[in-house]
Amino acid sequence: MDFNMSKEHLMAKQLFHDFAINEIEPWAEETDENHRFPWETVRKMQSTGFMGIPFPREMGGQGCDTLTYVLAVEEFAKYCGTTAVILSAHTSLAADAIFQNGTPQQKEKFLRPLADGTKLGSFALTEPEAGTDAAGQQTKAVRDGDEWVLNGTKIFITNAEVADIYVVFAMTDKSAGTRGISAFIVEKGTPGFSFGLPEKKMGIRGSSTCELIFENCRIPVNNLLGREGKGFGIAMSTLDGGRIGIGAQALGIAEGALDRTVAYVKERKQFNRPIAGFQNTQFVLAQMKADIESVRYLVYNAALLKDAGKPYSVEAAMAKLKASQVASEVTRQCVQLHGGYGYIQSFQVERMMRDAKITEIYEGTSEVMKMVISGSLLR
Amino acid sequence: MNIVVCIKQVPDTKEVRIDPVKGTLIRQGVPSIMNPDDKAALEAALRLKEQFGAKVIALSMGPLQAELVLREAFAMGADEGYLVSDGKFGGADTWATSSTLAAAISKLDYDLILAGRQAIDGDTAQVGPEIAEHLGVPHISYAEEIKVEGREVIVKRQFEDRYQILKAKMPVLVTALSELNQPRYMTPGGIFDAWRNKEIGRWSRDDIPVDDGNIGLKGSPTKVVQTYPKTMKQPGTKIETDVDESVQYIVEKLKEKYIL
Repeated sequence: MDFNMSKEHLMAKQLFHDFAINEIEPWAEETDENHRFPWETVRKMQSTGFMGIPFPREMGGQGCDTLTYVLAVEEFAKYCGTTAVILSAHTSLAADAIFQNGTPQQKEKFLRPLADGTKLGSFALTEPEAGTDAAGQQTKAVRDGDEWVLNGTKIFITNAEVADIYVVFAMTDKSAGTRGISAFIVEKGTPGFSFGLPEKKMGIRGSSTCELIFENCRIPVNNLLGREGKGFGIAMSTLDGGRIGIGAQALGIAEGALDRTVAYVKERKQFNRPIAGFQNTQFVLAQMKADIESVRYLVYNAALLKDAGKPYSVEAAMAKLKASQVASEVTRQCVQLHGGYGYIQSFQVERMMRDAKITEIYEGTSEVMKMVISGSLLR
Repeated sequence: MNIVVCIKQVPDTKEVRIDPVKGTLIRQGVPSIMNPDDKAALEAALRLKEQFGAKVIALSMGPLQAELVLREAFAMGADEGYLVSDGKFGGADTWATSSTLAAAISKLDYDLILAGRQAIDGDTAQVGPEIAEHLGVPHISYAEEIKVEGREVIVKRQFEDRYQILKAKMPVLVTALSELNQPRYMTPGGIFDAWRNKEIGRWSRDDIPVDDGNIGLKGSPTKVVQTYPKTMKQPGTKIETDVDESVQYIVEKLKEKYIL
């Protein structure tokens, strides 16, 4: 058992930190304020190799591992929840789904450009009538000669308008229930594939979220990802990995809010002394720090298990459950310690509190995490 | 083309505080970084490599922990790295440092030597040019632009109020300003390669062909008598006037001191 990070991980963490300070923090507030996708930052992430961190070199990736990817998401989330989720949805949902399930030809055609930073990825499972009950897919795919014909609507899709390559789930056999769901790869620009209006969100407001609309959208049979009828399993196992990314995002948001708050309470004076001098402040800070550190081990542990090729579904669920709870609680407490200043935008913790909330909801709600965890207990 | 780049690990002076009693830098707990001018030199070398094809060799002298800047150089794209490290080299001034580094470089096959203008912990700007003198090659300092044409290097050399365009035949040493470029980030894969697949050549005293009289503290003609932080010798003058008058006042004072 070793809790020490290797030298390469420490150096990578430093790299992500420097990048976040120079390239992410300056845009974070404006990105949120204007609901604007941070293209400048994403282009730089693409050219610096950040979009393919855990994938092998021979597939266009960096040949690192899940822990390194987690460190990137975490460091970015300290400054901007939006940037963190762009990276997370791209890497552990879209690209990893293809990496784990794609044919060699699909990996060459779709994973390589995702991993080498030429293209951006997105993952589309959720529908108006199929949220937590993902098995209730209404989108249909019907085989017609050498093509599949997609019809239906996906909602709340991250990286929606900005992506180039989409992993999309659809019913190929309604009568078969979850065994009737299949996964497909769809490219932007395919006729019959369009977007709805962008959603106006509480947080992660710079990330692109909208509907994907499929109207007689014809894609080649070669774009079926995995075998027909295996889509539900692909979705669930991909989300296991995604939850490590969201856990890392939540961890980073909490850390970022605490860092700012520690600086603030040393400066802010009331009753002739910095509010850091009050025991209430000290106890709240101490609790937050302990919570954050406990979550760090859950998140890193899930990443290490994934890298070791061991089962990690329950560990990822625990990591996401606790990390998102801690992120919400820590950011709420940080706003409280900022007092009135915490409620206005320029002190950042307000944005972080809004960003934190989504981590309890997307890629499986906290309730779904509890279903996964209790399911393993009561098996 | 073989390009040797001299890089130094320095304390991040943005984070350094000064011991109020001893007057020395408090280095404990201060992060170490690659000297910014040196990083610009490395970036220049990597761009020449991309343009013409070249082998980029990073060279550093310092304690064993200076390995970190060589790993960083690998992660940015350097091909080889050498660390000159021995207690006997410790306490070196610019003469002893440049003698040692020049002797180390003489072991390498080089066409171009790039170094930073100066290190942020010493600010002497002497080591680069001194290396060139020891090696008997020309040098051009303060480069804000470097071009290579065949066997010639064309450098835009910066002064306060003008610049020179200089041309020199290889082998030549050029010192770089941090304004020369915006150094690239390491890549995550580059970092993994740097630690897992690259070896740093380690050179100790016996590997470096240099006289004992020219190394370390004993080989350093510079003797530091005392270091101290600048302090205000007398309180300043406080003038309270309106904006126009105070501008006038400041301008006159500056003229009085021949600053304007």
